[in-house]
Amino acid sequence: MFELEGIVHRYANTTAVTVDTWRAGAGEAWLLEGPSGSGKSTVLHILAGLIVPQRGLVRVAGVDLATLTEGARDRWRGRTVGLVPQRLHLVHALRVHENLALAQALAGQPVDDARITALLEGVGVAELTRRYPRQLSQGQAQRVAIARAVVNRPVLLLADEPTANLDDAHAAQALELLRAQAVEAGATLVVASHDHRVRPLLPHVRALPPLVRAA
Amino acid sequence: MNIARLALAYLRRRPLSTALVVALLAIGVAVVTLTLLLTHELETRLQRDAAGIDLVVGAKGSPLQLVLAGVYHVDVPPGNIPLAAITQLRADPRVTRVIPLSLGDNLRGFRIVGTEPALVELYGGVLAQGALWTVPLDAVLGSDVARATGLAVGGTFAGAHGLAAGGGEHGDAQYRVTGVLAPTGSVLDRLVLTGLESVWAVHEHRPLPADGKAEAAHDAHDDDREVTLALLKFRSPLAAATLARAIDKDTEWVAASPAFETARLLTVFGAGVDLVRAFALVLMAASALMLFVALAQALEDRRYDMAILRTLGATRGKVAGVLLVEGIALAAVGTVIGLLLAHGAVLGIAHWRPDAAPLAAAAWRWLPVEWAVVALAMGTGILSALWPAWRASRLDVAATLAEG
Repeated sequence: MFELEGIVHRYANTTAVTVDTWRAGAGEAWLLEGPSGSGKSTVLHILAGLIVPQRGLVRVAGVDLATLTEGARDRWRGRTVGLVPQRLHLVHALRVHENLALAQALAGQPVDDARITALLEGVGVAELTRRYPRQLSQGQAQRVAIARAVVNRPVLLLADEPTANLDDAHAAQALELLRAQAVEAGATLVVASHDHRVRPLLPHVRALPPLVRAA
Repeated sequence: MNIARLALAYLRRRPLSTALVVALLAIGVAVVTLTLLLTHELETRLQRDAAGIDLVVGAKGSPLQLVLAGVYHVDVPPGNIPLAAITQLRADPRVTRVIPLSLGDNLRGFRIVGTEPALVELYGGVLAQGALWTVPLDAVLGSDVARATGLAVGGTFAGAHGLAAGGGEHGDAQYRVTGVLAPTGSVLDRLVLTGLESVWAVHEHRPLPADGKAEAAHDAHDDDREVTLALLKFRSPLAAATLARAIDKDTEWVAASPAFETARLLTVFGAGVDLVRAFALVLMAASALMLFVALAQALEDRRYDMAILRTLGATRGKVAGVLLVEGIALAAVGTVIGLLLAHGAVLGIAHWRPDAAPLAAAAWRWLPVEWAVVALAMGTGILSALWPAWRASRLDVAATLAEG
């Protein structure tokens, strides 16, 4: 489903994120593991086409991202990738259901209210659709963020530290929800986490090597 | 859910700054537009009242005063000129028309003007009812006069001394209304017209000839009779200039050009208008600055929002577009409200001040120069939004998400 080959991405502070070879199949669920600051977010952003690595091949669902212009990459991302960011950020000016409608519109899809309603029901926040984000608890916001990430049925679902600040029960629930939604959407799931509680819950693991100090 | 709706959702979330930007811009646009509408109306009226009058000839004094008294009927005339002057001017081949005017009395503030039917023709006056004057103390009312006094054909009134309301009445000389004019939109609407002989009769307290014929009175006292001033039209502008110089040099009279005096008056008036307009432009600039600050603040507050929009598939252009649409929407709403306020104010002035009633038509008129106001207001709005929008388009999405 996706393929990373010989990735090197260097930051100004002379450290570099490297991934030699990583292939994941369709529908697989992966843990991207590594200590804080090891570049997990950077790899997720490379997979989402938000960062173009200085070296290496990024191929997602058959598309070599280096061949796309920036605008094309933006549109491709909207249709192909669902991202649950570390800060469960929703657009505060919009109600819960409008946040999902916005995701559909930005991906160039017609707004599908039935899909939005079913999805919010599926993640257990059906009664919150008319609320504004600041009226939600942390757990509710995460559910809405997951729903928003899968609303366009992406082929790749990325989650950045989804269990941070959650207790054991809620961490397990969040992972379960991500896996269930990935299965429902038919998406490959990649969870970036340094949380040891996550490891037993995902079948595939990719450990990031420590950051390389660039010469 | 497109970027326009997203932009409006953001505006709704900060009502105070939205309202402030709109209010400042609206007031600025309103004041500029109001000055444009009122000066345009003033200039139009001044020109219409002076149309067809190349020169005003009267007694020695200020030319401006002569024009104000003789053309616009707002000042007292400097004095009188002999009736012989009219005859002399009429004999000049360069002059195509001479209309004598005798001023001195009023009817409840409306001036009673002794003249000839040519004055009615000059302003394109048409009788709404009755007929023009034929014998002394016949009077024809302008439309505003008829409406304000309630007088109609057959009614009678006594003129009062002076040109403003409140002077002593000539109780023994009763005017009789023989006609009422239809509205012309000119100064004619506010005048009471009568024959020159009426003014002489009222002021000289001489008994009128028994048969009341105008010619009889005219012939009897031609030599010592006077009129206040004369309105002249010439064959060519050059003739006007040479004759004006000749009159000023060789006679006891003054020749004043309404076009010239009006232009001078508008220059003085224009300085005040410019000051008001400058103040309005400062308001518009303040509004643009407020808009800039509001959008720059939004840029900071929404960095993460914008990063999320990008992860959801928005291009750089769309993210910038949200801020641009916010700027354009505020500018558009402010502009529309400002224009409505200005036109509404003109309508209000026309409604509450009876003497400004003709302004009502101006309230519904769209001047081409108002497009310039629209362009200016929209332009400053868009300009204020450009830099924040450009910054939004340069956002580093991955770095912003990583800040979390």
